[in-house]
Order: sequence, then C-alpha cells, then structure tokens
Amino acid sequence: MTQFFQQVVNGLSIGSVYALMAVGYSLVYSIMNFSNFAHGGVIMLGAYFGFYAMTLLKLPFLASFAVAALGTALLAVAIERIAYRPLRMRKAPFLYFIISAMGASIFLENIVIATIGPTFRTYPEVFARTPLSLWGLSIGRLDLIMFGVSALCLSGLVAFIELTRTGKAIRAASYNIKAAALMGVNTDRVVTTVFALGGLLAGVAGVFFGMKYTVYPQIGVITLKSFIAAVFGGLGSLPGAVLGSVILGTLETFVAGYLSSQFRDLIAFVILIGVLVFKPSGIMGKPTEDKA
Amino acid sequence: MDSYIQGIFMLAGINLMAVLGLSLLTGFTGLFSFGHAGFMAIGAYTAAIMTSMLKLPFIVGIVAAGFTAAIFAYLIGRMTLKLKGDYFCIATLGFGEAIRLILDNFQGLGGSRGWPGVPAHTSMLNIFIAVVIGVLFLSNLVRSRHGRNLIAVREEELAAQIAGINVVRYKTLALVVSAIYAGVAGAFLAHYMTFIQPKMFSLIKSTELTIIVIFGGLGSISGSVLGAVVLTFLPELLRAVDKWRLVAYGAAVILIMISRPRGLMGGMELTPNGIKKIIAERKAKKAAAQRSEP
Repeated sequence: MTQFFQQVVNGLSIGSVYALMAVGYSLVYSIMNFSNFAHGGVIMLGAYFGFYAMTLLKLPFLASFAVAALGTALLAVAIERIAYRPLRMRKAPFLYFIISAMGASIFLENIVIATIGPTFRTYPEVFARTPLSLWGLSIGRLDLIMFGVSALCLSGLVAFIELTRTGKAIRAASYNIKAAALMGVNTDRVVTTVFALGGLLAGVAGVFFGMKYTVYPQIGVITLKSFIAAVFGGLGSLPGAVLGSVILGTLETFVAGYLSSQFRDLIAFVILIGVLVFKPSGIMGKPTEDKA
Repeated sequence: MDSYIQGIFMLAGINLMAVLGLSLLTGFTGLFSFGHAGFMAIGAYTAAIMTSMLKLPFIVGIVAAGFTAAIFAYLIGRMTLKLKGDYFCIATLGFGEAIRLILDNFQGLGGSRGWPGVPAHTSMLNIFIAVVIGVLFLSNLVRSRHGRNLIAVREEELAAQIAGINVVRYKTLALVVSAIYAGVAGAFLAHYMTFIQPKMFSLIKSTELTIIVIFGGLGSISGSVLGAVVLTFLPELLRAVDKWRLVAYGAAVILIMISRPRGLMGGMELTPNGIKKIIAERKAKKAAAQRSEP
C-alpha cells in the first residue's frame, strides 16, 4: 500500500510539470484552433535559459527562474509575430499554421544543437537530494516544490483569466474570436497575451524539468507527452489540460513502477490513439464539430 | 558512375518514393501527416521479414511492404479521418511514434539495437523502375476524376461534400495510397542500408519528408521530384555545415509559409503543357498590368 501511495506522489509531481506545459498548448488552441508545436522548443529553451542564468550569470535560484520565464515569454511572443501573425493576417488555412509551427520547432531544436551542442547538461544542485519522509512515504524536496510552484502558477493563471479584464477578453476570444473582435476586443493583443502566458509557464516548466532530469536539445520528445496530456484532457480546455496531465503523469509512474519502465513512453501514445478513436474532444474539450 | 554518387542517387530515389505519397496526401488532399516514417518502418520490417527470414524474392518483399502499410493506413484512416482539423495530424503523430516504440521493445525483430544482415537487393535499376511507375501512377491519379475530387476536398471540404464527394472515403484513399508509397520506400531503404533500426523512422524522418513536399510545392508532382533530389544531394555537398542544415530547413519552412505558401513549384508542373500554361499565365498577367496602367 505504501508503494501505491508513493507512486501517486511521484505521479502527481511529474503530472504537475506536464500541466504547466500542457496549458500552453491548450491556451493557444483555445484561441487559434491549431496545435502550436513550437511550444516544445520554447520549453526546451526555458530549461537552457535557467541553466545558464544559474551557471554563467551565477544568479540565485529565484532570479534564474524569473530570467527563464521572461525569456521564454518573449520568445513565444516573437514566434507568434514571425511565424503566425502573417498567416493570421492573410486568414491562411490551418494547415499552414501547423507547417509553420513545425518549422519553428525544427528551427529552435536545431539552432540549440548547432550552437550549444547536443550534450546533456545537469543543473547545479539547488535542493538537497535527500528526500523528506512523511507518513512513511519518501518525498523528494524538488518534487514537493515542483508540485507547489506548479499549483501556484496554475492558480495564478486561472485567477488572471477569471478576474482581469484581459482575462475576460481571452475568454471571449476563445468562445468566438470573430464576434469578440466585433465587440471591440483587440484580438491581436489577446493573441500576444496568450502566447506570453504560455511562454511564462513554459519557462517555469523548462527549469523544473531541467532540475529534475537533465537539459538537452531533444526535450521536445517529453513535451510531446504534455501535448498528449492536453489532447487527453480536451484541447482548448485549461482544467482539461491539468486533469489530463495529472492522469498521464500518474499512469506513467504506475506503468513504470508495476510493469516496466520501457512501456512508460508507449502508454502516452496508446492513450492518445485511444482518445482520438473513442472521444476526440477529450475529457473536457469543446466538441470538434465545426460550423460552416 | 562511382559508387558514392550511385548511393546518393539511390537514396534520392527512396526519398522520392516516400515523398510522392506524401505529396498526394499533403499537396493534393490537404492532410498533414507526422507519421509517415511509421509507414516506412512497417514497409521496411515487412520486406525484411520476407527476404531475410523467409528467403523470398525482393519483389515479394516490396509488394508485402506496400500491402501491409496499406492495411495499417486503412485502419488508421477509418478510425481518425472523420475527425476535423488538427486531430488527424495528431493521430498520425501518435501512430508514428507508437510504431517506433513498439519496434524498439520487440526483441524478435532486433529491438532498439536494430536488425543487421538484410540482403542488399536495392539497385539503381529497380529503384529507377519503381520511381518511374510511382510518378506515372500518381500523375495519372491526380488527373483522373478521383484526383480532381481529392483537390476539391483540399480546397473546400464542405463544398466538396455538398457536391456529392464522399470526403471521408477520398481522404482514406489518399492516405492508403500514400502509405503504399511510404511502405515501398521503406522496403527499398531496408535493402539499401542492409540494416534497419527503429531510430531511423523517428518523428524527424516524418517531418523531413513533409519538408521536402513543402519545398517542392504543395500540389505539384514535379516539384516533389525536384525537392527530393535537391534536398538529398544538398546535405551531401554541404557536409561541412551539416549541423546547420536543419536550422536552415526550419527557417525556410516558416519563410515559405509566410511568403510563398505554395512552395517552389506549387500548383505548377514541369511538363510541356505545364510550362505552356505558366507562360500563358505570365502573359495574361502582363497584359492585364498594361491595360490597367494608362
């Protein structure tokens, strides 16, 4: 029984980081109706920003966090400006958005390989590796902080969307972007805000990911799993993205713990295909039927 | 011809084979796939089983590769092509990665360490014949009634449906045909490399194939041919700057999308009739410009 709860704790901790990544995908999808595959590259660069802020600039932990989050927010907005805005202005078909996103993702991953190199880098130790023990469970200090900060960030996001004026504009645009524009919502600003928010969380997630594992250019493969979590929860739905992430994280640790760690990566893709076949709108997503 | 150049030609032919199928799917039908490397993997492993394990002739391997890929494509299509927008593309992504991970963990076929000792059956001649058949079949297909229906689906799905085109059936057709091309390309690749490994069929392979289609131009077969040949030779010539290759690809893809989304040859063909058409259009444009000037 202890092992069971231990797995739940581990699953929640990794699931919370998936959630930070997944809401970035879902936020963009809710406004622009396409999967922003460049988001994985943004998360990866967040891990690098944090790494270099700590090692090169010798910034303290919290400042490095801020540097990484601001860096990725700017990067996400820049990607939107360069790769998506011209398409949006032209009302291009969604196929072009996906292709452009794919180009951006390839660009980001490979520019890191070409400049910094494909080697794995390890974050300096910020929190002691010795786990805390609570009620017979051993909980990593980092895991606990990951969970806490992720929950804080996600609550902050919800508060921003529910309580502020800009948040109201985002909600309106996600409901119907054309009607929102007619009602005087500045949709360009909404899109920029959404990318900045997704970027901020991507930076936090990237740093955590780098601290928990290592930093390397192909982190994108992991971020793909957070994307799957977003699909699982229902693309475009923020609570769905969080729920999907937590379920995926827990399932993964259970599969790794009870079956074999080799199947851990497979489970995500099996879930993905299962969801697409049986309930493509995910757990809490908008129905996929489009109106002409 | 020295064997190095010959090798690159064969590789270009193999890439072209896979790209032709993807050209039908993305260029003519407007569906985006992240998983065609998965179909190539299925083709490669099926063909290798036929020739290496069962000692059957290469042609049996090729046919089996195309057939197996087609079955998988049909099943995937039946399950996911009813979905709109992004979801099909996400499904192909899941499919491609799942195939790779299954092969990685299936020790009977070598697992992640790969499968050495596949006979070297691929030659200049058989790959050339396959490519010629592939191009002829595809160019006839896109000019047939079925091809026009596919283009109609790409241009405006709803209108196509109202005009009586069974959209899901035609999308499935495009997917199955493109998977056959990918499967056959996988078979040739396996018997060219004589060694197959799941890693060869990763997401990056799928995206590279799509990049070639986009470079060549959506909706142009000669563009795809040109794209496959140029983009196979270019990295060989630019070995020294190889690590910048994908950086340039990524940037170029964005640039093409925001400035000239139809790619190099989008919607145009390098055939006598196609060239005549391009020249006629140029003239008409010039005449229109002159008329509006005074």
